Amino acid sequence: MAKVVVVTSGKGGVGKTTTSAAFAAGLALRGHKTVVIDFDVGLRNLDLIMGCERRVVFDFINVINGDANLNQALIKDKRNDNLFIFPTSQTRDKDALKRDGVERVLEELKKTFDYIICDSPAGIEHGAITALYFADSAIIVTNPEVSSVRDSDRIIGILSSRSRRAERNEPPVDIHLLLTRYDADRVAKGEMLAIDDVKEILSIPILGVIPESESVLRASNTGTPVVFDTESPAGRAYTDAVARFLGEQREMRFVTPERRGFFRLLFGRA
Amino acid sequence: MSLFSYLFAPRPKSASIAKERLKIVLAHERAGRDAPDFLPRLQKELLAVVARYVQIDEDMIRVNLGKSGETSLLEINIEITGAKPKDRPVLAG
Repeated sequence: MAKVVVVTSGKGGVGKTTTSAAFAAGLALRGHKTVVIDFDVGLRNLDLIMGCERRVVFDFINVINGDANLNQALIKDKRNDNLFIFPTSQTRDKDALKRDGVERVLEELKKTFDYIICDSPAGIEHGAITALYFADSAIIVTNPEVSSVRDSDRIIGILSSRSRRAERNEPPVDIHLLLTRYDADRVAKGEMLAIDDVKEILSIPILGVIPESESVLRASNTGTPVVFDTESPAGRAYTDAVARFLGEQREMRFVTPERRGFFRLLFGRA
Repeated sequence: MSLFSYLFAPRPKSASIAKERLKIVLAHERAGRDAPDFLPRLQKELLAVVARYVQIDEDMIRVNLGKSGETSLLEINIEITGAKPKDRPVLAG
């Protein structure tokens, strides 16, 4: 049974698209046929993060409007056969994302894919609501910072009251927390909210903690989902999070300050 | 303050301040979120009716929708201690 997973946060700039790309690629690497859809109409960016910006011909809105079919719009990833990218449109018409059209496209995608990852826009407007409406699972991307935690709480409230599962009194959306840009050194110094603090405040289970890492910018610079960087802490943390999402038990890594050798201290972080 | 006490005085950790602030603001916001949309309007209209008979301030009325066991409870609190009765009811119309 295909699963619709929304990646959302309320607040912008916390790592939704990075997470969508990493998660989709991670699921594909585990052998699941996965498509990642950009719901941020007007501000297309998933294509850049996935490195397929020059291959976009048709988009999500074209398919909703019947101007193109799915096969024409879906972009097959060059690194993994299980991975497909569904770019959004650059139109300024925010209402182009019609709910019944989205439902039709999702039903069509469910026939061929195991996982449908919906990369939500920031905010709590039409686009964000449409992205989460059909979700079976949600990944709430949160930074250990007050405004991000507050906005996450808001979006969790919306998921449990305005999603289709809530409206139909079906079993609720399965909500997971993903803590990104975590700096274990600053947490140890009491300068940043710790995992347990955020877990206690939001009271939802933690799927993973992604350390603040230079590899994330490097990944977006080159258009490579960060899970493909198997050396980097962020890439490995995302791989762990995907495994937990698939039901495996994995211990949290990169959540305590790393001991640094003399040369590391002298020459900065790797 | 001496240099010594400046360097070694315990300072409140900013993360724990963040946690406390979040707990308070979210408790408040969650309570408001579950309230139905019509409550503010109901409160306003009730206030208008009561104000025809007694002098009353906006903050003297509180309308809440709660639960008591199995039954929903619409709780209306109107504080009129100190409020002066009006000489003559002003009827709408």
